[in-house]
Amino acid sequence: MAKPMQVARYWRHFKEKYRLIGGKCENGHVFFPRRSVCPVCGSRSVEDFQFSGKGRVISWTIVRNPPSGFEYYKPFPLALVELEEGPVVLAQLTDVDPEEITSGMEVEMVTRKIREFGEDGIILYAYKFRPPVK
Amino acid sequence: MERPVIIGVGMTPVGEHWRLSLRELAVEAILNAMDDAGVDRVDSLYVGNMISGSFVEQENLGALIADWAGLGNIPAVKIEAACASGGAALQEGAKAVMSGLEDVVAVVGVEKMTDAWPSDATRYLAYAADAEYEHFHGASFVALNALIMRYYMQRYGYTEEDLALFAVNAHANGAKNPYAMFKRAITVDTVMRSPYIADPIKLFDASPVCDGAAAAIITTKEKAKELGVPKEKWIEVAGFSRAIDTINLANREDLLTLKAAKVASERAYKMAGISVKDIDLFEVHDAFTVMAALSLEAIGVAEKGKGAMLAKEGQIAIDADYPIQTMGGLKSRGHPVGATGMYQTVEAVLQLRGEAPDGIQVPDAETALTQNIGGTGSNITITILRRV
Repeated sequence: MAKPMQVARYWRHFKEKYRLIGGKCENGHVFFPRRSVCPVCGSRSVEDFQFSGKGRVISWTIVRNPPSGFEYYKPFPLALVELEEGPVVLAQLTDVDPEEITSGMEVEMVTRKIREFGEDGIILYAYKFRPPVK
Repeated sequence: MERPVIIGVGMTPVGEHWRLSLRELAVEAILNAMDDAGVDRVDSLYVGNMISGSFVEQENLGALIADWAGLGNIPAVKIEAACASGGAALQEGAKAVMSGLEDVVAVVGVEKMTDAWPSDATRYLAYAADAEYEHFHGASFVALNALIMRYYMQRYGYTEEDLALFAVNAHANGAKNPYAMFKRAITVDTVMRSPYIADPIKLFDASPVCDGAAAAIITTKEKAKELGVPKEKWIEVAGFSRAIDTINLANREDLLTLKAAKVASERAYKMAGISVKDIDLFEVHDAFTVMAALSLEAIGVAEKGKGAMLAKEGQIAIDADYPIQTMGGLKSRGHPVGATGMYQTVEAVLQLRGEAPDGIQVPDAETALTQNIGGTGSNITITILRRV
């Protein structure tokens, strides 16, 4: 299994990857991930914005031949999720039978393991989405 | 401003070149192009290549290739725009000639992919996506295009069989191209029986991992005359442009509009002083079948949502109104990523010179368009070539 990169490469993204915090500009445009310049209006006045984590699947696939490093996890479902606040995020789906995935299905964000790098490597976690637990 | 002309082209067959390295492929294509043009020296070299550092642990391709091609102490650099590197390199070469700083310019697109293990190749290709928000989650390039394909089918009611028609057309033409990787015709059934790589994309919706190099020599009309290149061989770079879009597919305003292609094609038509109706053949970037449909819509051949109708109605064949992938496209000729834009260029030049192989020559072709996509539409080049 491949070696991870320097840990800093991963922890600098914890806020968005663990908590789904994106950006909001002074004119009220929200986006994910946060960036310095609002992609809608160009404003440079941007602050953190906490997304609810609720959304719906707008398209999905099953990754059967993943990039190296992800072989152990195949096949896994990957989807474009439209958050209720508007922005779309790409993420894996979890806790769902692939047969049950449909476009339009409601999902909620959970924090899950993305991958490991062998016994002495770090473990990467991030948002995934699952059907809401009632 | 006077438009430059392509006076020579060359290429290697596309395939799994187990005996040839990246440098040998590139040198062969360049020397073929120089011989075709009848020149024994060039002022500079532009190398289109996506990701040699990962595939063969070699960067600094400008120096490597110019050195091994015996081009002397000339300026030589690599141009990178993911899978659109070849198309971008051609445009940089054309600009260099138009600037007046360089008279005779060589452009080569090259990629050597088969030295890497398949899952590593999948990883390197994913580097063209957003490392932090796409590849991080295990997205392969095929998977990202699968998300687009499903969305397209859902939105407009197309079936997998409908999109398979683009692969069938590509193979019908590639079967007659001696330089194509897959020289055989297929049917919709062939596509439908192939395994899913990332549903709904099947193996036969996707272009192959392969090796190849293609090159062109560009100069001014004045210099072409001085060199004694017969006018029948002059192919004008009549108009060109390129544009970017969000690198992350999820951030697009509309997943089904290749906005970069729309913007770049409008600018290229204006520069060439033509409209899309004046174009006789189209080499579009069918890395995946759905991309052919979206490309035809973005460059104005089809209305939005109607791209796949052109295939269903038989309008994309050699003898139809909008011939595409005349030498097999990415699907059948092959897609050695950073070389693809230059293969499209060489093929369009051969069509315009009337030198395409029997059965796939577009009759009386005057004007051709090439469209080369990097990423999931995040970097797109459009080039219009025209007979002088």
